[in-house]
Amino acid sequence: MPDNTMAAKKLFTPFNVVSGSIIIAGIVITIMRFTMGLDAVTNLTNDNPWGLWIGFDLLVGVALAAGGYVTSAAVYLFGMKKYHSAVRPAVLTGFLGYSLVVFALAYDVGIPWRLPYPFLIQQGTTSLLFEVAGCVALYLTVLFLEFVPAPLEWLGFKKARELAVKLTLALTVLGCVLSTLHQSSLGALFLIAPSKLHPLWYSPYLPVFFFISSIIAGLSMVIFESTLSHHYFADKMDAAHRRENEGVTLGFGKSASLVLAGYFIIKAMGIAGGNNWHLLGTSYGLWFLVELLGFVALPSFLYAVGVRNRDLKLIKWTSAWTVLGIIINRLNVSLIAFNWHLPSSQRYFPHWMEIAISVFIVTVGIVVFRFIVTRMPIFYEHPEYMDITEKTASTEAIP
Amino acid sequence: MSISRRRFLRWLGAAGIGSTIGKSAFAAGNKHFEGYPESYGILHDITQCVGCRSCEAACNKVNKLPVPDRPFRELSVLNEKRRTTATAYTVVNKYEVPGKKAPLFRKSQCNHCLEPACASACFVKAFKKTETGAVTYDPSVCVGCRYCMIACPFEIPAYLYDEPLAPRIMKCTMCYPRLMQGQLPACVEACPKEALTFGKREDLINIARERFRKYPGRYIDHIYGETEMGGTAWLYISSVPFSEIGMREDLGVTPAPELTAGALSAVPVVVGLWPVLLMGIYAISKRKEVIFQQELDALEEDARSRNREDI
Repeated sequence: MPDNTMAAKKLFTPFNVVSGSIIIAGIVITIMRFTMGLDAVTNLTNDNPWGLWIGFDLLVGVALAAGGYVTSAAVYLFGMKKYHSAVRPAVLTGFLGYSLVVFALAYDVGIPWRLPYPFLIQQGTTSLLFEVAGCVALYLTVLFLEFVPAPLEWLGFKKARELAVKLTLALTVLGCVLSTLHQSSLGALFLIAPSKLHPLWYSPYLPVFFFISSIIAGLSMVIFESTLSHHYFADKMDAAHRRENEGVTLGFGKSASLVLAGYFIIKAMGIAGGNNWHLLGTSYGLWFLVELLGFVALPSFLYAVGVRNRDLKLIKWTSAWTVLGIIINRLNVSLIAFNWHLPSSQRYFPHWMEIAISVFIVTVGIVVFRFIVTRMPIFYEHPEYMDITEKTASTEAIP
Repeated sequence: MSISRRRFLRWLGAAGIGSTIGKSAFAAGNKHFEGYPESYGILHDITQCVGCRSCEAACNKVNKLPVPDRPFRELSVLNEKRRTTATAYTVVNKYEVPGKKAPLFRKSQCNHCLEPACASACFVKAFKKTETGAVTYDPSVCVGCRYCMIACPFEIPAYLYDEPLAPRIMKCTMCYPRLMQGQLPACVEACPKEALTFGKREDLINIARERFRKYPGRYIDHIYGETEMGGTAWLYISSVPFSEIGMREDLGVTPAPELTAGALSAVPVVVGLWPVLLMGIYAISKRKEVIFQQELDALEEDARSRNREDI
């Protein structure tokens, strides 16, 4: 790659300086966490046992990493082959996302090396968290196997790569099953606390809400991530990838619009089911309406307009807006509308070091993503493993 | 002779029921778990509590918790609202209730639910509802995820946040080790008034009702904990509505495990049906491609044969 020599010459690029200083700060706080305890670096209390590291790093992280299963299901199961070039970036984003979720959990749980205990020592099968843990562990393995052809092509291990590719269909089905289970279970975690979560957000349908919104998150993240990648890694993309990108944006935007519309309807049914209409007039109700109208109904409409007018710019901005909406939803359920009954003095607001660790983890993700896409065949098909028909079409793009 | 045989059969029956009930307690269905038979509980008569904090002191000593900065004699502590913490398994709070001349005092600690939310939520089974009624905790398996603290409707479990590598949950054990030695829970033993009564839970409910009858007008007609969250080992009786002494009256009677039973029961359905459904969709999309290709080939063949005819 021509980029390698360039990168070696210019060590102090703006990207390296910013990400480097975040990583150094992250390492310092990491040392503090594991020598002084959660008390020293978080605002967690007995009333607020879960903070930003669960609300953002776990709940948002898993939701935004849903692009992997959504894209691979669309391409390999639903036969939408025209989106094939979106699979690898989506699977990579998913794999990194889940790896970072597990990485972040090591900060939050008290004794991280005991994380395998629920599987090895005693199985707490009555716990939704057991389901989440089991599915996340298995799905991380699935994502690894889905991703592994790229590094194997990079390293030139042809036979192993052939074997991994043969598993694609089985892995895609397994990935869908596991994702359905744990995306929904993350919402179901809060079913046990009806007395703590605000009734507008608490619903017996919480698992369904979380699952459906994960599809929205997955679709929007694929658009959002590809927008950024086109800006920063355009030189790494082959002609096929660039050619298909417009179709991916339009197709995924259309799907996202429809799923958002369905999500809006079941959210409204959730209010009706709990007969919580009267709560919409309260301050929590207004915030709920901001989420429902501003971040569900509005993007559904904007996606539809964008697709109808083939307005790629609008679709891309809408995807970012939708991703923000998913973040707000997960933080609402886990932090903002959780413990709403407590007086404000007992409520939680993250310590700056909690925010710093979350930023640190996202930065690590971006750095690793950058490392991989500048080396491995993610945005282009490796010339040695390409169909002959495609080879002629895209050779011009490979430098 | 016949009596001893009957007694033997009763034991056998109790043992049989005891062994089956434990397992079915979590299953959602038409079965209703009413706690282990003969399990213990404590009745807290709030009208009798004088707020002396003797129970707090005894609890602190028995559980070898750190000595607090302010001694237990100091009653000014009661002026602030406190909750259970990693260094206090039990706390007494003072409530000024409008219409009452004297303040009321209420002790709080783990209520030892009949079907505990913490035990249901724990993914490594660190909590156990024992036959005595006590909910015990095993720190040797605890991962420190704190989901039990999210789940507990009474906001009881506390966490050692300042412990970097060996944190654990801290909560009342109903003095399980003392119960095993035939002793009373330390708080009950220390109480100078009749505010705390230890006994079989069923008997305590009868005692509470007896007091309602004996002293008309003194109590409101509700035993808190008899049905809350499916019932708790600790029971409370009071002269004022429980919401006025900081206890939630909106918890409902559904035991915590039932709240998540529906979501858990969806797991086998998804595992069983999703592959069938997804492979079905795959087969349909594959078939469409094949048909498309066949039609394309037929068209090509058709065009070619026509071309040949033209020539």
